[in-house]
Amino acid sequence: MLHRLLSGDTPRSRVLAAILAAILLALLLAPLLFPGTRSLDVAAKVLVFILLVASYDLLLGYTGIVSFAHTMFFGIGGYGVGIAAAKFGPTWGSLALGSLAALGLSALLAFAIGLLSLRVRAIFFAMITLAVASFFQILASQLSALTGGEDGLNYRLPEILLPGTRLIEAPLLGVDITGRIASYYLVFAAVLALFLLLLRIVNSPFGRVLLSIRENEFRAEAIGTRTVFYRTAANCIAALVATAAGILYALWLRYTGPDTTLSFNIMIDILLMVVIGGMGTMYGAVLGATLFVTAQNYLQDLMKMASEALTGVPLLPSLLHPDRWLLWLGVLFILCVYYFPTGIVGKLRARR
Amino acid sequence: MSPGRRIDWIPLALVGALMLAALPLVGSAPTWVTLTVAGLAMGMMIFIMASGLTLVFGLMDVMNFAHGAFISVGAYAAASVLVAMRGAMQEASVTANLSAMLPAVLAAIALAGALGLFFERVVIRPVYGDHLKQILVTMGGLIVCEQLIHVVWGPDIIPLPRPATFTGSVTFGDAAIERYRLLAVLVGLAVFAGMWLLLARTRLGLLIRAGVENAEMVESLGYRIRRLFVGVFVAGSALAGLGGVMWAMYQESVYAQMGMQMMVVIFIVIIIGGLGSVGGCFVGALLVGLLANYIGYVAPKLALGSNILLMVLVLLWRPNGLYPVGKS
Repeated sequence: MLHRLLSGDTPRSRVLAAILAAILLALLLAPLLFPGTRSLDVAAKVLVFILLVASYDLLLGYTGIVSFAHTMFFGIGGYGVGIAAAKFGPTWGSLALGSLAALGLSALLAFAIGLLSLRVRAIFFAMITLAVASFFQILASQLSALTGGEDGLNYRLPEILLPGTRLIEAPLLGVDITGRIASYYLVFAAVLALFLLLLRIVNSPFGRVLLSIRENEFRAEAIGTRTVFYRTAANCIAALVATAAGILYALWLRYTGPDTTLSFNIMIDILLMVVIGGMGTMYGAVLGATLFVTAQNYLQDLMKMASEALTGVPLLPSLLHPDRWLLWLGVLFILCVYYFPTGIVGKLRARR
Repeated sequence: MSPGRRIDWIPLALVGALMLAALPLVGSAPTWVTLTVAGLAMGMMIFIMASGLTLVFGLMDVMNFAHGAFISVGAYAAASVLVAMRGAMQEASVTANLSAMLPAVLAAIALAGALGLFFERVVIRPVYGDHLKQILVTMGGLIVCEQLIHVVWGPDIIPLPRPATFTGSVTFGDAAIERYRLLAVLVGLAVFAGMWLLLARTRLGLLIRAGVENAEMVESLGYRIRRLFVGVFVAGSALAGLGGVMWAMYQESVYAQMGMQMMVVIFIVIIIGGLGSVGGCFVGALLVGLLANYIGYVAPKLALGSNILLMVLVLLWRPNGLYPVGKS
């Protein structure tokens, strides 16, 4: 049963299996274990980024193409829900409309970009997507009548997803069952389902073809694979899942803005998560996203303490300043690419 | 452009055609002159920043996403010097201004070049021939550089006033032209002329061009293509530093993300020009600069899409850029 659910792609390492189980359990019981608002926010962000990073891994790790437009698709999802909810009111109908429109637009854009630039080399695709993504970012901030510009959009959602709503009168196990919990489990269920779907895709014959393209494109083509078709398809699937992640994140935050969706910083975060977690393994996305988002929220506190403890020493306090946490993750990222390109998951699997 | 061979004039004619086509759209001749000079100045600065990147790609098939870091670092180095020499900058004499600007530019070139050398040695050398890792590693390098800039120079935007003699504008008839833009055009032309002379008229340039064409053959004839490549890489980084200073003075401010922001335009320019082609990069930069200024005046709403539009049109016409470099 479990084997089939994971599409035969088991963790293949006891330690890894234990870590994954712990993460799954922690996320499943997050409202119980960590009742604070901040920690529930962190848990939801972890969930969304697991999905986002896993979809990016389909491109980078499995197909071997680098895209910088992944946040664009993430943003399309967010803005789809945001604009629909802000313009047509907080009904399920408008959310569905917004989501469908976002998914359609993403598929179309991914297809167009793929056809235009996946014929040529990886580097070309990376550059084109960077240009298109930055264009989209400017577009979103310019069309402020629709997108709220730099301020973004705040909107209401259907009653059942709002934190003010009580679903059950009496607290359950000491936790108030509010709309917040309902939206958390909505995100959780959707992420779990889509993650298993991605696992299914990469372990299907389709996924094997993607791997063969990554390993040796020339040879894949010589065997008779239409590489452009497969790459474009992978690009579209990844874009659709990223859009779904954007929709979920918008549902959770009830806010859509350039900083939470389109910003290039998020693209960099995704890259770091994929590489540190492990390229070419879906489980790497889980580890990478969990580690990174937790670090983002809690490492800074640690660095602040270290920085204050070292006051007086030259240079060190500013290197350890809490705002410089990206510096250290950047260094870790470069080291990962050189010394363990399969990331944490690869290391764990090699140990057995 | 391949010096020494027959020159493909069509893309060059395109620049002229764009200028002429813009004249009736803009309406008034003085405004057109102002816009054209502004566009040329912007194009020249972009060219200075982009030329090294495209040459490095042509020669060694390396795409350096951290090129933007050299731009920022150059600008910051110059800003440090200029802030220290504030007095000389504010005097209304050209010699005093130049005596502050020259050391600033030299500092930018030296620091950006040194960083380039370090980058080539430490970051890029292990990942030759692997595009995927190149993109990832140089992207990581960009992140680390940006953060280090914050550590060294602080996180705030540094204002960078232009030197006194280069502020304001000169008027030709009715057309007002900013002095600084004229300076930018002159420096850009000088850099392009210098590069063209180096590539077309010297033995070194011959080797570089041969290396772009077929690196293995040059190597088998006994030349150390590696050493050549390091030289080109450092020179390209230094040019990025120079471009960074000029762009920072144009914007009158310095901030850490400026390099990354410029990278988008630079990528568009070298894609338009044809990856690896210096001449194409020059024409592409001029097209981008001119179009941005014309459209910004005629139809401001379209301005943000003008670069992408131009890129799509050029790629539809010539899928490998204006001057395709014959290398797969």
